[in-house]
Order: sequence, then C-alpha cells, then structure tokens
Amino acid sequence: MTLDRDIIILSAYLVSAALFILGLRYMGSPATARMGNTLGASGMLLAIIVTLINEEIIRYELIIAGVLVGGVIGVIFARQVKMTAMPQMVAVFNGFGGGASALIAVSEYFRLYDAGTEMSLDTSVTIMLGVLIGTVTFSGSAIAMGKLQEIITGRAIRLPLQNILSAVLFLVILGLAVSQIGFEANPIPFVALIALCLVLGVLLVMPIGGADMPVVISLLNSYSGLAAAAAGFVIGNPILIIAGALVGAAGFILTQIMTRAMHRSLANVMFGAFGAGSGGAAASGVAEGATVREGSPEDLGVLLAYAESVIVVPGYGLAVAQAQRQVRDLADLLEERGVDVRYAIHPVAGRMPGHMNVLLAEVDVPYDRLYDLDQINDDFERADVAIVVGANDVTNPSAREVVDSPIYGMPILNVDHARNIIVLKRSMSPGFAGIDNPLFYNEKTSMLFADAKDGLNRLIEAVQEN
Amino acid sequence: MLEGGGLLIAIYVFVLAGFIGFEVITKVPPTLHTPLMSGANAISGITIIGALLIVGSSEGLLTQILGVGALILATINVVGGFMVTDRMLRMFRRDGRRGPSA
Repeated sequence: MTLDRDIIILSAYLVSAALFILGLRYMGSPATARMGNTLGASGMLLAIIVTLINEEIIRYELIIAGVLVGGVIGVIFARQVKMTAMPQMVAVFNGFGGGASALIAVSEYFRLYDAGTEMSLDTSVTIMLGVLIGTVTFSGSAIAMGKLQEIITGRAIRLPLQNILSAVLFLVILGLAVSQIGFEANPIPFVALIALCLVLGVLLVMPIGGADMPVVISLLNSYSGLAAAAAGFVIGNPILIIAGALVGAAGFILTQIMTRAMHRSLANVMFGAFGAGSGGAAASGVAEGATVREGSPEDLGVLLAYAESVIVVPGYGLAVAQAQRQVRDLADLLEERGVDVRYAIHPVAGRMPGHMNVLLAEVDVPYDRLYDLDQINDDFERADVAIVVGANDVTNPSAREVVDSPIYGMPILNVDHARNIIVLKRSMSPGFAGIDNPLFYNEKTSMLFADAKDGLNRLIEAVQEN
Repeated sequence: MLEGGGLLIAIYVFVLAGFIGFEVITKVPPTLHTPLMSGANAISGITIIGALLIVGSSEGLLTQILGVGALILATINVVGGFMVTDRMLRMFRRDGRRGPSA
C-alpha cells in the first residue's frame, strides 16, 4: 500500500468515525433521530468505499457476490420483520455481528498459519479474544432468539452444577487459548477452542428465563460491539475499534438500565436463574380472603367519559393480544371529549428496551404522549383513572412495600395512587415473577376480565354511549 | 516514544471511543432505545471492512470461504440494521394537535 492511499483511507475512516458519533448524538431526540441514522449509514458507506481502493484488494468478484447475497437478505429482514418481533431480529443481528467478527479472527489465524509466520504475542492474544467474544455472542444470540421466538422454552433451563460447568468450560477455553499464544500455530486445539466457545455461549443463555431477555439482548448487543472491536485489534484497523467501542458502550448502558429497572444485578440475571420456579407462595402483602371487584364495561365507560385525566399503562400482554390499535382508538375517543390521555411506559414493558414505544408509534400514538417512569410517577395521584392493559409485575405495589417480596425494590409505576384504577386482564393468573398483585384487591380497582382487544372494544362502545 | 506501541495506541483509541460512546448514548431517551439498539447493530456491521480486506486479498481457499461468510453476515447487519432503524424512526411522530409539550 502506498503512503498516499494509506493516508486517504485513514482520513476517510476518521470522517466515518465522526459521522457515527454525530449519528448517535442525533439519536438524542425523536425529531432528529432519523437524520442521525442516515448520518451513521453515510459513515458506513464512506468506510466501505475507501476500503475498496485499498491496494491489497485485488479481486472483486467474491466481494460483489457476498455483498449482493448479504444485501438482499438484509433488505428482506428489514422489510418483513413485524414490530412485535424486533427483539428476535436484534438478537439475530447481534449473533451475525459476533459471527462475522469471529470469522475474521479465524481467517486471520489461518492466513498466518498458511504463510508459516510465527505469531507474535499481540497477534495471538487479539485473535483468541476475537474468537472467544465473537463465537460466544453468536451461539448465545442464537439461543436468545430461539427463546424469544418460542422455538425453545422461555423457562430457565438449568443443568445440574450449571455455573460450575460453565466455569470449568471457560477455564478449559482459557487454557487452550493460552496454549496457542506465542507458540507455533496448531489448528487442532484452535478448532476445539472454537467448538467449546460455541458451547459456552449456549450454556450462558440457556439458564436465563424469558422475562430477563431484555437484559440478555442488551448484553449481547454490547458483546457484538466488543467483538467488532476485537476484530479491529486483530487486523489493526482503527475504524473497527472505534465503531466497536461505541456499540459496546451502547449495549452496556442499556444493560444497566434494564437491570436497574428489574432491581437485579447483572450477575443475578446471568447466574441466578430467576423464574425457574422456586416454588412456594411468595409474600405479596395480599390479605387472606381479600376479594377483587369486577366492574361492568358500562360503568367503566362512564368513569372514563367524564374523567379529566387518564393514564394508560400498557404491558407486553397488550402486544400479545395485538390490541395496540384499540388502545389508540380508546385514547382518541377520550381526547375528542377533552380528556387528557397519557401513556406510562415502564422500562421493561416490552421484550427489549424501548419496545413498547415502537409498538405504540406503529399505531400512530405520538411519542410526546409517552412518558417514562420518572416523568409520570408523581402524576398518578392526580389522575382520575389509570387503565392497566396487559401489565402486572411493573404495577405491583408490594415492590414498594413488602420487604419479603421477591420483587421488593424494583421500580414500579405508582398505579395504586390514581383515584380510580381499571385493570384489563384475562384471568387472575400471576405475572412472570409468579407473585400475587395487591393492586387487583385495591378498593379503588375495578377488574375487567377479558382479552385485551375485546375488553378495550367494550370500553370504546361504552364511552361512545355517553 | 510510541514506536512499536501499535497495540497500545489501539487500546488508547478503544478506551477513548468507549468514553465518547458512553457520554453520547446516555443522552438517548428511553423512547428511542429500540431504534438505538438496531442502529448499533448496523454500526457493529463495521466488520464488513475486515471482511472486504480478507475476501479481496486472501489467496487460500479456507480463508476465502471464512471471509465470504463474514462478508455476508456483516452486510446483512449493515443493510438490514440501517433500513429497519429507518423504518422504525419513520413511525415516530409528534402530537400535531397539542403542539410541543413535555
């Protein structure tokens, strides 16, 4: 590579890096986010184009073929995916990112092996790291995707001595990796190392329950960034290192937000096997013999029609019932009557960070009607009615009050502070955490037992009659 | 002073970029976390650069196969990631009737 081209390419990478950072900066507001995404895409296009002028690249046939195949698959994915399936798609993409990085590290290994070059300490460490992170991300994401798509049971699956098994496996992998460092390249233990890393990824995600998937996807997102950075170390390319670090940071922040929203530590999510059915009735603060009050759609319709302010609390049950449109219709109807309608979105309302916001945006709910926990929690006491649709644990007051409760300390929406509460629910079955919800027994609460779509339609009819 | 410190400089770049990422991404509101994640997926498709270099320059059959695999996966990430993010962000709209609030 001549020096001139080298400088052109590296300068262009710097521009790309700046475009990525600006793009992420513009993601700071919904008004500029689309522009931010376009900036990021431009940075990527620039990096790709200048890479192609690199003198090392002598053949283009395979490049064109690979880009065409990947491009077509990417377009199909992006166009076809349903918004409810976004978590699965992100899981798949995390896996592809990790896979691509691992393949780059593996291919660099065999390039050096074929050339008979002795590997330096730096090179072998970065290759081993790239293979480890990339491969674990790949197989871990495959399992996460299977759980989200419900190909694999969402329940936490634990082998006996699961954590010890994972630890031993990790040590073996580490040993194999060390055996490759600084010595003559030996492909047999190297291939074994790849296989064991694949197994490790599976073992790490299998014991994590479906309700914890928002944490897992965020973490794997972070890993896919770290894998890209590791690949950048392997081939000594700064743009991979920068972009990978940015993505790694994004995933890390989202992981923190999700674990905080569940009031759990990352270690507890990864190794605690929550939701494996610990058995026994958990403390919930529900008095023995407490009863629930069922409300008729007609009465609740009157309540809503003459309310001044209403807060809707959507949970994942809403998306399962595909009732987003009905929620929007009810809100529109109430707003026409002058009712102030807002939405309270818990960070883990969906299956991934921000998922519920996208599902509501899809049915044209304006984003400035959506409020997160900190913004709206103090307003519940001034709300005439709070409607809970398909949410449970995130509204459970025992997280605030009952010290023995398994969810004690988890930040919840203060639905119980509203003047009137409507809970739309199919039955009295408990949520993911498997604990009873005192909110349902609150004297201000009216239960409406119905499928979300059906129940909302009945409320809409009742409001229209007023 | 920095001669032969290639790996160390690379680590400098990694750590500083991580800090920038942390600062910038902390400011992304929760309502945009899903598009942020799919956008980040697209950016992690930057491995396409590594794949291009391997596929375009390598001689051996095995490295070529591995490189093409990496190229296909990374291209899916880049194309699919940016497109699906744009598709989502197009859906986000303000409330026209009320004007700015909160």
